[in-house]
Amino acid sequence: MSILLEKDTAVLIIGISGRVGEFHCQRMLDYGTRVVGGVAPGAGGRSVHGVPVFNTQKEAVQATGACTSIVIVPPPFAADVIMESADAGIRLCIAITDGIPAQDMIRVKRYMMRYREAQRMRLFGPNCAGVICPGKSLVGIMPGDIYEAGNIGIISRSGTLGYEAASQLKEVGLGVSTSVGVGGDAITGSTFLDVLTLFADDTDTELVVMIGEIGGPQEAEAAEFIRHEFTKPVVAYVAGSAAPEGRTLGHAGAIITAFGERADVKAGLLKEVGAVITQDPASLGTTVLDVLSRNK
Amino acid sequence: MDIHEYQAKELLSGFGLRVPKGALAYSPEQAAYRAREIGGERWVVKAQVHSGGRGKAGGVIVCDSENAVYEATDKLLGSRLVPSRTGKWGKIVYRVYVEEFIPIDRELYIGLVLDRKSERIMVVASAQGGVEIDEISTSRPDTLIRSIVEPAVGMQPFQVRELAFKLGIDATHLREYTDFILGAYRAFEELDATMVEINPLVETDAGKLYAIDSKMTFDDNALFRHPEIAELRDKSQEHPQQSRAADRGLSYVGFEGEIGCVVNGAGLGMATLDMIEIAGEQAANFLDIGGGASAERVAKAIRIVRLDENVKVLLVNVFAGINRCDWIAQGIVQALEQDPIDIPIVVRLAGNNVEQGRKILSLSGLPIIRANTLAEAVERSVRALNAKTDTAQK
Repeated sequence: MSILLEKDTAVLIIGISGRVGEFHCQRMLDYGTRVVGGVAPGAGGRSVHGVPVFNTQKEAVQATGACTSIVIVPPPFAADVIMESADAGIRLCIAITDGIPAQDMIRVKRYMMRYREAQRMRLFGPNCAGVICPGKSLVGIMPGDIYEAGNIGIISRSGTLGYEAASQLKEVGLGVSTSVGVGGDAITGSTFLDVLTLFADDTDTELVVMIGEIGGPQEAEAAEFIRHEFTKPVVAYVAGSAAPEGRTLGHAGAIITAFGERADVKAGLLKEVGAVITQDPASLGTTVLDVLSRNK
Repeated sequence: MDIHEYQAKELLSGFGLRVPKGALAYSPEQAAYRAREIGGERWVVKAQVHSGGRGKAGGVIVCDSENAVYEATDKLLGSRLVPSRTGKWGKIVYRVYVEEFIPIDRELYIGLVLDRKSERIMVVASAQGGVEIDEISTSRPDTLIRSIVEPAVGMQPFQVRELAFKLGIDATHLREYTDFILGAYRAFEELDATMVEINPLVETDAGKLYAIDSKMTFDDNALFRHPEIAELRDKSQEHPQQSRAADRGLSYVGFEGEIGCVVNGAGLGMATLDMIEIAGEQAANFLDIGGGASAERVAKAIRIVRLDENVKVLLVNVFAGINRCDWIAQGIVQALEQDPIDIPIVVRLAGNNVEQGRKILSLSGLPIIRANTLAEAVERSVRALNAKTDTAQK
C-alpha cells in the first residue's frame, strides 16, 4: 500500500500542449504512470505522445474516468483550471505551477469549500514537485530514478530538498513509500498535517521524513498532531536557520514575519514532541538509518 | 514588492482614504517651495525609503518654517538611513515628501495582512497607534484586535463596527471609520497587496480621519495584472545585483559572506546557506535559477553572482527535477569561456541528465572543482575559501 497513488491511477495532464507539459507527459509515460488524457482548450481531438487531448476537464473525465489531475499551466491561468478540476469531479489535483497570485489561491480554497468534505478534491501545491509512489506512479516533475521503493514517507515544502532526501535514502540503501510535495507558496492546498494523517494509516510507511522551512504555521500544526496522535518515528529538517527575518527567500512562503516562524523555533517544537531533528540537510539519510536501527 | 509612502498614500486616497496634503521634493529649494504651496505654518519632511522604523532612524522631521523645511531636506537628501530592518547598509534617501502637519487627537494602528493560518485577508487594529506593530505585539498583544474577511463577499460593515467599538471610538464617527477601513480593504483586494499598514491612523479634534503614515507591499506574483503598480518599483532601494537578477527573471538574495551560490530551488538554496553556516562561513548571496533554466539563463546567473565583489568562491549547486543538468553544464561552460574566472568554482550536479552534464564539464577542460553530494559541495567550497584566505595572509 502507499498513499494517494496506485499503479492504475488514471491521470489527466492539464496544460499538456505547452512545452513543459509535453516534456513532463513523456517523462511520466516513461516512468509508467497511467496518463489517460490531457486538457488544452482548443486542442481537443489532437494527441500528445499518443495521449488524447480534450477541450475541457469535464469532457476528459467523462471520456477517461480519470480522477487525478496534474496542473502544468502558466500562473495567470492556474487558479482557474484548479477550480475546473474540482468541478469536473477530480479527487486529487497536483498543482506544479509556481507563481500563482496569493489572492487567487484564497479564492480557490474558498471555492473548494462548496463541496462537502467527503466529495471535496484534495489539492497539493501549488509550487510543488508532485507526488511519487516509487515503482507505481509518478505524478510530478521529480527525477524518478532517485526514488527506490521502500518504507519511508517523505513530505517536503521544497521540491529540491525532497529530491535530496530521496537520493540520500537511496545511498544508504533505503526506499520510499510515497513522497509528497506540499509546495512552497504561502497558501497551499494541503499541509504537513494532512499528509501525516494519511501516513498514519499507511501500513507500508514505517518512518516519515519531514522537510519544513521558515514561514507559516504548518510545522507547528504538525508538531501538535505528532504530540497527540502520530506514533511513527519522524525525522525532520527545517530549512532556513541561516535566513534573516523579513525577507522572502525564493519561495513566496519562505518569509519570517512572526516569532514562531523561525527555523530554530519550529525545529524546537518538533523536537519537543519526539521528532529527530537534523541540523545538517546532508545527513538526512544517515539520520533515518540511525533512527531505524535504534527502534529495532 | 515595496513602494514608497507617498505612492501608497496616492493609491489609498483613490479608495477614499483621507491623507494630509503633501508633495514630493528632490532638492531643498523644491521642498521649501512645496511647503509654501501646501500652506499652513507647520510641515513634516519625511525621507522616502523602503523601510519601517524610519522615524526612529531620524528620517521624519517636523518643521516650523520654510527655512526649516529647506534645512531638513538638505540634511536628509543623500544621507544613509539605517532603520532596524534594513540591515547594516541601510537605504540612501533620494527624495523627501513634504506634508502639512496634522494635529493629533487620537492615534490608531490599522493593518491588513495575508493570514496564513486562516488563508484569508486579516485586519489587525490597535488603539496603540504610532508604535511599530512588532513592538505592540510583544509588549501589548492584548490590545490587538483581529478580524478575518470571508473572501466570497469581502469585508462587511459589521466587521468594522466590531473593530471600531473595541477600539473605543465615538459612535458619531462610525461612518468615517467604516468608509476608511472598507476603503483600505478594497485597496488591498483590488491591487493584490500582501500588506497595507496605516500607522498611525489619526483622528483630529474635529473628528476627521487621516492616514498619517502608510505602507503597502504587493504580491510579486500578481504584478502581471497590475502594470500601474509594477511601474512604482524603485530600483534605488534595491540591492544592485537583486535588481539585475529581477530584470532577468531570476531571484537573488544578498548576504554578507564570501561564498556566492547559484542554486535551483529555494529549499536547496536555504539548505546550502544553512550548511555553509554550520561550516563556520557565510554565503555572499544566493541566486535561484528556478525551473527549466536554459544554458543562457545559467550563464547570466553566474555573471550576476560574480558581480558581487565579496564573492571569493563560486558554488553551483543544482538538483535537477524540472531542470536538465546538461543545460546547466553548458551554461557554466559558456559563462566561464566568455569571461574566465579567477576564483575557485565548485560545481555539484544531480538529477535529470546528470551524466551528460558531468561529461560536458570534464570535456571543457575548465578548472572546476567537482562535487557529487550536497555535503561535498559545501565542504569543498569552504575548503577553497579557507585555502584562499591562507594564501592571502602569507
